[in-house]
Amino acid sequence: MTQFTNIGKPNVGLIQFPGSNCDADCVDTLKRHFGLDTTLVWHTEKSLPKVDAVILPGGFSYGDYLRSGALASHSPVMASVKEFVKKGGPVIGICNGFQILTESHLLPGALLRNASREFICKYVHLQGQTGTSVYSSMLCGKTLSMPIAHGEGRYYIDPEGLKKLNDKGQVVFRYAAADGSVSDASNPNGATEHIAGIASENGRVFGMMPHPERATDVVMGGSNDGLQVWKAFFASFL
Amino acid sequence: MKFEIIVQLKREVLDPEGRAIHETLGRLGFRALKGVVVSKRYELEFSGSEAEGQEAAKKIADEYLANPVSETFEIRKI
Repeated sequence: MTQFTNIGKPNVGLIQFPGSNCDADCVDTLKRHFGLDTTLVWHTEKSLPKVDAVILPGGFSYGDYLRSGALASHSPVMASVKEFVKKGGPVIGICNGFQILTESHLLPGALLRNASREFICKYVHLQGQTGTSVYSSMLCGKTLSMPIAHGEGRYYIDPEGLKKLNDKGQVVFRYAAADGSVSDASNPNGATEHIAGIASENGRVFGMMPHPERATDVVMGGSNDGLQVWKAFFASFL
Repeated sequence: MKFEIIVQLKREVLDPEGRAIHETLGRLGFRALKGVVVSKRYELEFSGSEAEGQEAAKKIADEYLANPVSETFEIRKI
């Protein structure tokens, strides 16, 4: 277990929306593996309590109505999260949290219906990419295994946006085979250039479709690779 | 007064639902069918003047109902 000293203990806030369902997994991960208590923030709050970082968890906020993450992006608390990001505040969005980040225009692109039209729930491999964020510097060249569970996880961005993402080194993860090679065969949802996770230009906002909070204990399914993502999350602001 | 807003994926964006319907209809004998595009239709009712309604409908479509990254929209008075 990675433990923080009492002096360096970050205060992490987690936003709960109606339909969030990965919130408890995140709380459990931070408690058992990092010794942290998470500050839970309900979506109707008009302001964010004093926190060092924010987690937007997975789930089906507002029933995925309109588009996944669209209604959540306009919830009262998100105005304050946007302000937090503007000031350089670190945010991680997982699955629906990633969808909320793109819908909020805090990350570029969009997450669309999987090309296969199926809801996909399975372990995948991710290849960490070279890039400018702390996430990339800690994870590049690593092949991690963790689950995806989504119906609308196909990352889409237009060619111009894609070029910018690549040029600025914002792609953190691409879907890969077990040996780390990236190809169409290992792309579960038809994502543009196999993209599974990206960071903002300043590296403070990070979104990914796979679930690092569901891969924290080998006994739960064979991988604790998710912990490396959480370590990178903490390293991004500590 | 009422406005309808039709939101659909941009042409260059893969529409898996439209493709699934197209494939099935093709299999059912509609060989000449070249493509299917699925869209979402919203009906908005306003009080006040038509010009105000039109302006509000455009703002709602542009900022909320359609995602400019992947979708386009059309507005019609009904």
